Amino acid sequence: MFKMINLYPLKKFRFPVIAECVSPDVFQGKNQKEIEELEIWEGNKQKRLGELFKVEETRKEQETIITVCGDVSKVRRIGAYMTSGEITINGDVGMHLGEEMEGGKITVHGNVGGWTGSMMKGGTIEIHGNASHYLGAPYRGSNRGMRGGKIIVYGNVGNEAGAYMRKGLIKIYGKAGQFAGSRMHNGTIHVQKDSEGRVGACMTGGKIVVEGFLESVLPTFTIESIKKKVKIEEKIVEGPFYLFLGDLTENGKGKLYVSKEKNPQLSSYEKLL
Amino acid sequence: MDIAIKDGKIVERVDELRARKIYASGMIVMPGGVDIHCHIAGSEVNTGRLLRPEDHFRDFERKTPKTRSGVGYSVPSTFTTGYRYARMGYTTIMNPSMPPLEAKHTHEELNDTPMVDKGTYPLLGDWWFVLEYLKKGEIEECARYVAWMITSTKGYAIKIVNPGGLEAWGSGGNVGSIDDQVPYFGITPREIVRGLCKVNKLLNLPHTIHVHTNNLGKPGNYLTALDTMKCVEDLASEDKPAIHITHCQFSAFKGSDWRTLKSGAEEIARYVNNHSHVTLDMGQVIFTDTTTMTADGPFQYTLHELSGNKWVNHDVETETSSGIVPFRYRRKSYVHAIQWSIGLELALLIKDPWKIFMTTDHPNAGPFIFYPRIMAWLMSRKAREAVLNRINRRARNRSLLPSIDRELGFYEIAIVTRAGQAKALGLKNKGHLGVGADADVAIYNVNPETIDPSRKYKTVRKAFRQAAYTVKGGETVAKNGEILKHVKGTTMWLDVQVSEPIKITEEMKRRFREYWTVEYENYPVTEKYLEVSHPITVKANV
Repeated sequence: MFKMINLYPLKKFRFPVIAECVSPDVFQGKNQKEIEELEIWEGNKQKRLGELFKVEETRKEQETIITVCGDVSKVRRIGAYMTSGEITINGDVGMHLGEEMEGGKITVHGNVGGWTGSMMKGGTIEIHGNASHYLGAPYRGSNRGMRGGKIIVYGNVGNEAGAYMRKGLIKIYGKAGQFAGSRMHNGTIHVQKDSEGRVGACMTGGKIVVEGFLESVLPTFTIESIKKKVKIEEKIVEGPFYLFLGDLTENGKGKLYVSKEKNPQLSSYEKLL
Repeated sequence: MDIAIKDGKIVERVDELRARKIYASGMIVMPGGVDIHCHIAGSEVNTGRLLRPEDHFRDFERKTPKTRSGVGYSVPSTFTTGYRYARMGYTTIMNPSMPPLEAKHTHEELNDTPMVDKGTYPLLGDWWFVLEYLKKGEIEECARYVAWMITSTKGYAIKIVNPGGLEAWGSGGNVGSIDDQVPYFGITPREIVRGLCKVNKLLNLPHTIHVHTNNLGKPGNYLTALDTMKCVEDLASEDKPAIHITHCQFSAFKGSDWRTLKSGAEEIARYVNNHSHVTLDMGQVIFTDTTTMTADGPFQYTLHELSGNKWVNHDVETETSSGIVPFRYRRKSYVHAIQWSIGLELALLIKDPWKIFMTTDHPNAGPFIFYPRIMAWLMSRKAREAVLNRINRRARNRSLLPSIDRELGFYEIAIVTRAGQAKALGLKNKGHLGVGADADVAIYNVNPETIDPSRKYKTVRKAFRQAAYTVKGGETVAKNGEILKHVKGTTMWLDVQVSEPIKITEEMKRRFREYWTVEYENYPVTEKYLEVSHPITVKANV
């Protein structure tokens, strides 16, 4: 009963579209006609999926695979609550992609909006473009952060990536904005390039690794030691790294690794060792 | 038996041919529900809404042609509050803890709470004027000021929260027992409670003083609760209650710290069973994510320290304080499970259902939408056991619930959810279906003659969750969970008439200028402010 389904947006959306139904769990076991009849909101109007997207059913697959081709940067909540299957998006996508997802895989060949992978519990999100703010962070006001799964971003990300994170991995090949890993309890954030600062504000646990330039570490972090390498999910990242502990305002024991080589301005901390 | 309704009142009989009929055979007909204590309006509730966007994100209602949209789980928006109460068959609700300064705000929100009649209690236990006159021992003068305050804030009863403690909190302190001194004023919580109890009697107010005890939420505080009840023992007359201890579950902790926490419900129940001057409400804990909000600033600070959650704390000028902390009650937490047990123990160990009422202190111990679940726990041992099997094991071993066989019947449920509360509030036209009562009727689709609530508790719970019909003021407003009509409820307030009202002198205006950020002229709530005003005239003895 598994199949591959292609969706093509029929127009350039002017209003936000809430597309919770675009999820392998919902599509599973439905034929093309039934999929076209699924409910979807465009602005304040309730519509059918078939009115906004061209639905194309192709071949049979091992599991349900959805491919969205085109600019869906106004479409929100794609893949929310999904537990299995795969979604591939060729183009930009809007906010809340893969919200509270528990399994499966989402691949985006383009940029994503805010709150991607918000409150996710499992599965993988791979983004080949840039990600906006609140990557893997909970909804405003909530403290139910990411509880598992993996987010990989090949581009840059905005502010507050991995806020309130409790488990899982966020891997950023590009730059990270401000407040990466703020209030995180556990889990890992790996930034391969520069970070804009205020990394790990109010963190109480977990691990953040910054391989690029970080202008300054928050004053509520103390230097612990210099480490030659750091282990992230069975992989060794060669250093050396300054290891800071914090955030002391929250009696935190979070670990912040900052590359020694790229940050000569932090060498004054070495006196304190 | 038929119940005839005409012009919003229950009458002896009506013209049967012309009347609209509701066939309710095989169903339970009860008076509309009365809730004595639930925070549904006012500045602290609204701040709670601002603090918890994630609470709205999870739970929302779309607008329909008859109703307005709304959000909220533990702190629902005003319209949603009204609709949800009406769906459960509740028609009268009382909003406790209104800082007098925020009276206008509270009444604006109450105006926007449809479907139910409502009232609100001004917080008077830490008002400087009260403290000053009690310090001087001028009870009658104090009574005149209280009368002025209740009338000008359009309140319904005297609410006392952590007497003395809130004033001490203004300088970072608290009081540890009912005999501790309040800084500057030099009086004790005992004197405040006794003084306001005398004032309540002098003013002939329909409800008693509504007390949130000192030391709330601290292990070992059941002694404080007992002291508070004992201290007004001699002020009670003719078996009439003199004090209402609200959300008593939070005041019934035994033990010296959180690890040794035990239930003090047995001691409190024994005292209440032997005395007739006390009424209580449960404040039953529900295992869910909720928002705590009280005027008890120091308690909320402790809660923030315990939970590490975000918080709001506020000092309301000369009157009171307040605090808000989101909180999650967990089954597997020893303390929370004990708290859950205490609420039910209180309700089951107190023999007279007219003395204990069902509340969750919405939203402090849980949102009001869980009332049907509490009813099921009260009516069925099996329902309680189902939860007991899933709670923290150590708490289960220490709980008294397995030893309690009592199961409430439908009559007793009607008392703890409406009749008893209406009687305690002095609402003569609510909580019963006699001739002359307001035509607030709730009809639940469950047959009391054929169903055994102790075994079929799920059916009963489902029926109570969604009233088959809710009649408010003679109109069917909700049917099987659907709101049929958006009606405005009245706002009940006391017009306390004293023989010698206080004079608004230049001196008083000067104090307003010095003590408050609001000038005297802008302070009182005029009757025009209330959309549907329902004054209740009270003749005072001063």
